[in-house]
Amino acid sequence: MGEPFATWMRPDPDARPARWIVAGLDPLGTVFAGLLSLSLLALPLMITRPNRIAAGTSLMAWSALPAAAALAVLGIAGFAAALLALRVAPPARLAAGAVALLVLGLAAGGAADHLTPPGDRYSRVSPDAGWWLAFAVAGLAAGDGLARLRPGPGTRIATLAAVTVLAGLALHSGFWNNLSVMREYAGHADTFGREVRTHLGLALSSVAAAALVGIPAALLARPVPALRRTLLGILNILQTLPSMALFGMLIAPLAWIGRSVPGAAELGIAGIGPAPAFVALFAYALLPVAAATVAGLDAVPGPVRDAAAGVGMTSRQRLFQVELPLALPAMLTGLRIVLVQNIGLAVIAGLVGGGGLGVFVFQGISQNAGDLVLLGALPTVALASGSAVLLDAAIAVSRRRRRERTQ
Amino acid sequence: MIELTGVSRVFGARTVVSDVSLTVEAGAILTIVGTSGSGKTTLLRMINRLVEPSAGTVRIAGRDIRDVPPHILRRGIGYAIQGHGLFPHRSVAENIAVVPRLLGWDRRRIAARVDALLDLFRLDPGVYRDRLPAALSGGEQQRIGVARALAAEPPVLLMDEPFGALDPIIRGQAQADLLAIQRRTGTTIVLVTHDMDEALRLGSRIAVMDRGRLVQEAAPAALIGAPATDFVGALLGRGDRAFQLMALRVVDDLIEPGPAPGEPIPAGISVRAALAESLWSQRPALPVSRDGVLLGRVTRAALEAQGARP
Repeated sequence: MGEPFATWMRPDPDARPARWIVAGLDPLGTVFAGLLSLSLLALPLMITRPNRIAAGTSLMAWSALPAAAALAVLGIAGFAAALLALRVAPPARLAAGAVALLVLGLAAGGAADHLTPPGDRYSRVSPDAGWWLAFAVAGLAAGDGLARLRPGPGTRIATLAAVTVLAGLALHSGFWNNLSVMREYAGHADTFGREVRTHLGLALSSVAAAALVGIPAALLARPVPALRRTLLGILNILQTLPSMALFGMLIAPLAWIGRSVPGAAELGIAGIGPAPAFVALFAYALLPVAAATVAGLDAVPGPVRDAAAGVGMTSRQRLFQVELPLALPAMLTGLRIVLVQNIGLAVIAGLVGGGGLGVFVFQGISQNAGDLVLLGALPTVALASGSAVLLDAAIAVSRRRRRERTQ
Repeated sequence: MIELTGVSRVFGARTVVSDVSLTVEAGAILTIVGTSGSGKTTLLRMINRLVEPSAGTVRIAGRDIRDVPPHILRRGIGYAIQGHGLFPHRSVAENIAVVPRLLGWDRRRIAARVDALLDLFRLDPGVYRDRLPAALSGGEQQRIGVARALAAEPPVLLMDEPFGALDPIIRGQAQADLLAIQRRTGTTIVLVTHDMDEALRLGSRIAVMDRGRLVQEAAPAALIGAPATDFVGALLGRGDRAFQLMALRVVDDLIEPGPAPGEPIPAGISVRAALAESLWSQRPALPVSRDGVLLGRVTRAALEAQGARP
C-alpha cells in the first residue's frame, strides 16, 4: 500500500484547505456537476398521468414549471453545479448540495401545483428520471461535503434532526400534497402510521433478539475452536437462504406450533403473519451480530489479555472490564449492519401478512401503481438511513473516549 | 522466597520445562536467560499459575501456590511483560490502579499510590495521570507497565522480557531505573530475557535454560568464569568474557594510596569503564574521588588483573 493511499485513508486533521477556493477542478465535484446538469437539461423533470395507472407524459423542466420558476430552478442548480466542480472548501460543497436539494424539493411541489388542473382529484404528477437523478446527485454531493468536514457524532445527529424536522415541516405544510406519492398517502393515511410502527417494531425486535442470542452464543463458542466453527458455519448457511425460501420453510413448522402448543396462537405464532417474518429477520441478523462479537474479541491484543490475567482479574472481570469494552466498537458496527439490513428486509414481511411498509410495496406492485410502491419504499429508505446515522454516531462515541484522551 | 522443586510442564507430547529446581532468595534478582523455545517464559508463568506445572511444586514464602486461588495469588505478585500489556481504554492512572482496586483499597490511598509511582518513574502526575497509553512513547508505556506491576507493593515481581521492545538507550535507562527501585523496595524479582548482557547487568543470580532444562544457575562472575556447558559459553560469547567480568566489578576495592595525574574518576565506576579511561587518556594510574574527596588511585595493572579467569 503506497504512501499516497495511506494518506488518503487517514487524512491529516490539520490539512484542511485554509482558503475557500483553490485553482483547478475537483474531480468528484466535476462528475457531480456534469450529472446534475445532464439530469436537469437532458432528462424529463416530471411526469403527468390522467389517472393513477394510465400511461404518462414526461415533461422537461421548462415545460413542467412556469417560465420564471423554471429559470430560477435551472439557474440556482447551475450555480450549485459550478460550485461543486471547482475546488471549494467543504462548507461550500455542503451548501451547494443542500441548496440543490432544497430547489429540487421546491420544484417538485411547484410543478405538481402547476400541472394539476384545479379541482382535479384523479390526475397524477410525479418526479421523473431527471428529478430522481438530480436528487440522488445533490444528496451525494451534500453528503460528500459533510463527510469532508468530518463532523463529530453530535453534529451528525444534529444534522439528522434538522433534516428530519425540515422534511416533516414540508410534509405537514401540504406543499407536496399534489404530488402523486402524497395522494397515495392521503388514500392510506389511516393505516400508514400503524404500518410504520409494525415495520420498525419487526426490525428492532428482531435485531434486539439477535443481540440477546448472538452475543452470548459468540462469547460461549469463541474459546472452543470446534464450537466456534460450527456456530459460524450454521449461521453462515442461514444467511445464504433466500428470504422467500425461508418464509416457505417456516410456514409449516410455525403453523404446527400455533396449532399444537397451548398459548402459542394467542402470542401470534402462526404459519403466516408477523411470526415467520420475525423469525426470518432474527435468523438473518444472527450471523453479523455473532461474527462481529467474535471478531471484536479476537482483536483484543494478546499482551492485554495476558496482562489482565496476570494482574489477578477473574475471568468475569476480564470479560467485562477489558475484553468487552475493547470489542464494543466492532460489536456496534455489526449491530449497525443488521439494523439497516433488517429495516430493508422487513419489507418482505408484507408478503406473508406480517404488515409493515412492505404492505404498500406489494399492493403497489399488484395494482401496477408505482406511486404506492414509493409510499412503502421511501420511508423504508429514510428509516434505514436515519438509523445508520444514529448508530454511526454511537460507534464514534464508543471509540472517541479513547481518541480524545490520546491528544 | 521462591522455591521451585522438580517443576515440569508438558504440552501434548512436547516437554517445555523439564524437572527444574531453583531457589530465589528474598530481595534477590534472578534473571532467566535462554534462546526462544528454551522454556524460560513457561517457567516464569508457572510462578503465578498462568501455566500450571505438570509436575513438581512451587512455593512462595514457604507456601504451596496451589493452596491459593489463582486470581488471589496473582494480585500478590507483580507481573510486567514485553509490549507492556497496558489496557488501551484505560488512563495511565486507571492502569496503575488495577491491582489496588482489585484488592479493594480506598480511593484516596489509590490516588496517592498512583502519584507516588509516577514520581518514582519521573513522570509528572499532573501531565500523565489522565493520558491514555496510546498517547505515551514506548519508554513511557514500559515504565507505566512496571509501575502497574509494583502498584500494590508486591513482595515478588515477575518480568517477561520487560525491556525487549525498547531501543538500546532507553533500555539502558530502564535497566538502571529497575535496579535503583529494587534497591529501595527490596522486591524479589524474577526476570526473563534472551539478552545475556541484560541478564548479567540485572541479575544477582542467573539461570540459563536450554531446551526446557536448567543448565546452570550461578552468580554472574561465576557464570562468566566457569560456564557449565558449551551452550552457556555460546550465550556469553567467549570473545570478551574478560570485559564482561570487568563490567561486573567496581574500582572501589582496588584503590591504593598514592598520587596520579589528571581528572579523577568517581568511586563506584566499573572496572571496565575505568580501564577504558586509562587506555584512552594514556594514564597508567588514575586518581579516584568520591563527592570531590580524593580517595587515592587505581593502577592499570590492578584493573587488568580483574579480567583474569576467576
